[in-house]
Amino acid sequence: MSINPRLYPLLATIGIFLVGYLISYLQFPAMLSTRVIGNLLTDNAYLGIVAVGMTIVILSGGIDLSVGSVIAFSGVFIAVMLRDASLHPLAVFALLLIITTAFGAAMGWLIHALAMPAFIVTLAGMFLARGVAYMMTIDSVAISHPFYSMLTSAYWLMPGKGRLTLIGVLMLISVLVGAIIAHRTRFGAAVFALGGGEQTARLMGVNVGRTTVLIYAFSGLMAGLSGIVFSIYTGSGYPLATVGTELTAIAAVVIGGTILTGGAGYVIGTLFGVLTMGLIQTYIVFDGTLSSWWTKIVIGLLLLVFILLQKGLLRLTAFGEART
Amino acid sequence: MGQTFRRITPQLVTLALVVLLVTVFFPNFFAIGFDGTRFVGPVVDVLKRSAPVALLGVGMTLVIATRGIDLSVGTVMAISGAVAAWAITSGYGLAGAVGLAIGAGLLAGLWNGCLVAIVGIQPIVATLILMTSGRGIAQLITEGRILTFSDPNLAFAGSGSVLGIPFPTILWIATAVVVALLMRRTALGMLIEATGINRAASALAGVNATVLLIAVYMASGFCASLAGIVATADIRGADANNAGLWLELDAILAVVIGGNSLLGGRFSIAGTMIGALIIQTINTGIMLSGFPSEYNLVIKAVLVLVILVLQSPNLAADWLFLKSLVKARRANVRSETP
Repeated sequence: MSINPRLYPLLATIGIFLVGYLISYLQFPAMLSTRVIGNLLTDNAYLGIVAVGMTIVILSGGIDLSVGSVIAFSGVFIAVMLRDASLHPLAVFALLLIITTAFGAAMGWLIHALAMPAFIVTLAGMFLARGVAYMMTIDSVAISHPFYSMLTSAYWLMPGKGRLTLIGVLMLISVLVGAIIAHRTRFGAAVFALGGGEQTARLMGVNVGRTTVLIYAFSGLMAGLSGIVFSIYTGSGYPLATVGTELTAIAAVVIGGTILTGGAGYVIGTLFGVLTMGLIQTYIVFDGTLSSWWTKIVIGLLLLVFILLQKGLLRLTAFGEART
Repeated sequence: MGQTFRRITPQLVTLALVVLLVTVFFPNFFAIGFDGTRFVGPVVDVLKRSAPVALLGVGMTLVIATRGIDLSVGTVMAISGAVAAWAITSGYGLAGAVGLAIGAGLLAGLWNGCLVAIVGIQPIVATLILMTSGRGIAQLITEGRILTFSDPNLAFAGSGSVLGIPFPTILWIATAVVVALLMRRTALGMLIEATGINRAASALAGVNATVLLIAVYMASGFCASLAGIVATADIRGADANNAGLWLELDAILAVVIGGNSLLGGRFSIAGTMIGALIIQTINTGIMLSGFPSEYNLVIKAVLVLVILVLQSPNLAADWLFLKSLVKARRANVRSETP
């Protein structure tokens, strides 16, 4: 039985994660505890959620640079609304998700209607979201609501005293939902078709405009959700938070084996991309002598390796098609 | 010359409008004084502070003209600044520090260029690699600290002045003029445009697109290293974390405001320079007029959106249609009144 070549990047990602974990385990046996695993999920929850939205965007051949700013906006919005308006956090969450989803949809509509590169439209969105966050407050606003302290302390004690937190579980659910949307729905098929080429997608009968709007709306929704998770994680809203998260998310998607030109990849791979990046950070913490900047360099190297791998793979499949 | 002016008229009008708006809120905008060694005043300040974005913009214009993009320029600034500060504190002298810093920028450009032109990775992804890892490299050089120095010669690049004009201003204007002349007095500019419009076709026409692409990314690295030296000299220290942070986006914005299409092809360095001036005038103007600087980003976002609408290929047809309608009406009027 031969393996589908499209699975190679995904298998490589999972392989690298497992090998990396094995190396870390051999050096520090404490790495294989539910505590480390629980923290890996908790610390990367917001990144994982936003990366799911980014995966869908990249699968369609687009890019969304606004998500980092949207996360910061969400945190500020929640903190300011809870401070100034006597609303229940759940009502604020609902309001926020509506705003960020509409924001994403508006960007998607602009990308389609103006026929401009997603890069520059979402760049404007990035400025706008962070600018609005600044306009609401320039200070870090602490969130002190009984409901919030309940959310922060909501966890399930795994055997071995590891904490599986609510936000960690929320990330896993998001990945699952993202995977189902991408691989099991009509909309997902349209996303992949769009990533393969707009002309061909149109000829296949995909409603390009509607799909583009929905893709960016989904990314906005995920960014809003990620903002909620981030505010639970930090317990505050700060307009300067999560600067550059969009690039970390893109890196996670690429390391996860999704091809940046769109049209091929798996949402589950993104989870492993996020976890691999988290693993590098955990390893550096465990080691104690390595400086934090090695994280950036290693992530850059991983990016290079995966991009070269994809390049080789594309050539390989192209040859395969030429032969048949 | 006349053609250049006609091409950048919209940018000039925008700049004039922005300046006018700032003057309404801050009437002393044009006040220029002389404090014994150099000119001072808001206009001088704008010309000085636009140096990093303008320098990056020169390189970015060329890269975007080839249908590429260079996301790494901000990090290359940090690397070059770190190299310059490290070299000067290790006793390599001014020439050594500047030489090594520029060398680092060229090397970064070579790396990007090879990934794009030879390996064939999309520019946005190829330069993303250096963007994510570059700051780590810069921190490796400065060992995570802010590397300060007190050499007055290197500091001159940031805060010195010649004949009363700040040195960064002279540097960016000179760089822009030299590069623009190099592009327009030789065939280089045309070859770059050809590569941007259709790489395969220009290769068939005999343009060595591979070498040209690498050279363009190296030029961008060179400009970024100049900007890095200016930024480092300005604060007399290399801050690997913050030097040039998000300036790549400002540089891209300057290029787009300058009327250059992100889809490659025709480019105007003069346009980009005015774009950089517009951005800096807005930044300085918001500060001077007493508006909270929080509004800065929102205004920038609105500006980008307006420019996007004007540049949109979908609407371009509509503009042309309107223009032809107006022309036809004028022709009718003329023919009816002999």
